[in-house]
Amino acid sequence: MELRETLLGMLERDSRLLPEDLAERLGLQIEEVASELGAMVDEQVICGYHTLINWDKTKREFVTALIEVKVSPQHGMGFDKIARRIYLFDEVKAVYLMSGGFDLTVIVEGDNIKDIAYFISDKLAPMESVLSTATHFVLKKYKDHGIVIERQKKPDERMIVSP
Amino acid sequence: MSQRIKELPFSGIRKFFDVAKEIKGAISLGVGEPDFDTPWNIRAEAIYQLENGSTAYSSNAGLLELRQEISRYMRERFHLEYSPLSQIVVTVGASEGIDIAMRAIIEPGDEVLLVEPCFVSYKPCVLMAGGVPVIAAPKAENGFRLRPEDLEGKIGPKTKAILISYPSNPTGAIMDLHDLELLAEIFIKHDLCVISDEIYAELTYGQEHVSIASLPGMAERTIVLNGFSKAYAMTGWRLGYACGPASVMEAMLKIHQYVLMCAPTTSQHAGIEALKNGAASVRAMKSEYDGRRRVIVSGLREMGLDCFEPKGAFYAFPSIKSTGLSSDDFCMRLLKQERVAAVPGNAFGECGEGFIRCSYASSIDSLKEALKRIGRFLESL
Repeated sequence: MELRETLLGMLERDSRLLPEDLAERLGLQIEEVASELGAMVDEQVICGYHTLINWDKTKREFVTALIEVKVSPQHGMGFDKIARRIYLFDEVKAVYLMSGGFDLTVIVEGDNIKDIAYFISDKLAPMESVLSTATHFVLKKYKDHGIVIERQKKPDERMIVSP
Repeated sequence: MSQRIKELPFSGIRKFFDVAKEIKGAISLGVGEPDFDTPWNIRAEAIYQLENGSTAYSSNAGLLELRQEISRYMRERFHLEYSPLSQIVVTVGASEGIDIAMRAIIEPGDEVLLVEPCFVSYKPCVLMAGGVPVIAAPKAENGFRLRPEDLEGKIGPKTKAILISYPSNPTGAIMDLHDLELLAEIFIKHDLCVISDEIYAELTYGQEHVSIASLPGMAERTIVLNGFSKAYAMTGWRLGYACGPASVMEAMLKIHQYVLMCAPTTSQHAGIEALKNGAASVRAMKSEYDGRRRVIVSGLREMGLDCFEPKGAFYAFPSIKSTGLSSDDFCMRLLKQERVAAVPGNAFGECGEGFIRCSYASSIDSLKEALKRIGRFLESL
């Protein structure tokens, strides 16, 4: 695998890794790694760094909804422009163009169901291009970004010394 | 008790284990098995087979489908051709393969060359089969690769076989094609049987494993031992296999059928899944080991220990001669003073004296903490 893809794979699993950590694990010079990372930030290959949080274990209360949106692209207003009009709302956390029975997946967060209902009825549904919406609320997250959310910490059962 | 067994010493690892297990909160660099769980698709297949009631004995040689998968894997991965019907025996771990290979080929008094430092079972298996172990000791300055000169004066009229194991536990050394070609010439010249334990074949870094059996004239004299423990993180499943000439496999199968009947059937079903769909998991684990390998080797070198670059398995084998301590003293004091367990090199043969085996089958965080403690220990000397 190329250096770029190797670095991205490692950072995707653990964004805390510093250039010196990456360099050490790959047997490279820190400068080489730092320069490649810098280039990827400039080129927006690396778009941001996130922390995966299990909010259920905190006092913060909020709801997440996954909205299936059917749209009707009009002349001069393709999917990208419609998507932009949707993703610019702060409460929208993700927007994907989909194959299959609907066009856009829109993931929205709000403090409560009322917030989500307001967003759909006042912002999303009235858009000219939006034909229909179907909203699903997230009840529990089991796994996110490849990480099992409530993984039980397992003691190391291996013998302390073995051949 | 039989005199032969009475004279057999307990493994040096066991002695050290008895002390280490009493030390609370110790970080272990002494573990000879992966720290990963067996990939879920493999576990799920085993669960399905149990739910399905597939709990009977398999044929002695193992499930035919598993042998077919092993045959395909050996061909695609290492350019080796073995008939699933007559040249593959599924064993209870590669460890059983060592035992039954020795018993199948050794006459009382036959000499078997062992390459130390090596896995702790080799010598006892030769002795239990009535053979006489003769030790060849590759040099650290050659990266623990076995060189023709290491065999000088070791091969005589009674030499029946040689057991080699690369990638090596405990040194992490590997052998490339050229290294093996030099040896193959000697093995053929002296008509030796070769037992090649390739249990770490999937775990090489920077270059691919080459099986000595793939060299011209070697397949007919080589028993290849392999298994699922290290590559697929399946140590507890106890599943391995032996491949080789049909006549030798028939002899090994005879012992296997009387002693064990067959390898656990659930494990065999898991093995089929591992070979069919486990390659991506192996690559991911190997990539993780590779990063840790660099961390531990550079960490050991930075604190002044002489550590050659291991290119296989998941062990570093630094020299601790500069400290003036014996391997036993070094490991015991490190354990008691800093609560880090590493294995004295002499547990793998006398020529391992002056070295310690550090397994990097642990998280990077654990390795870094262990390195910090080893550094502190060295400063205290």
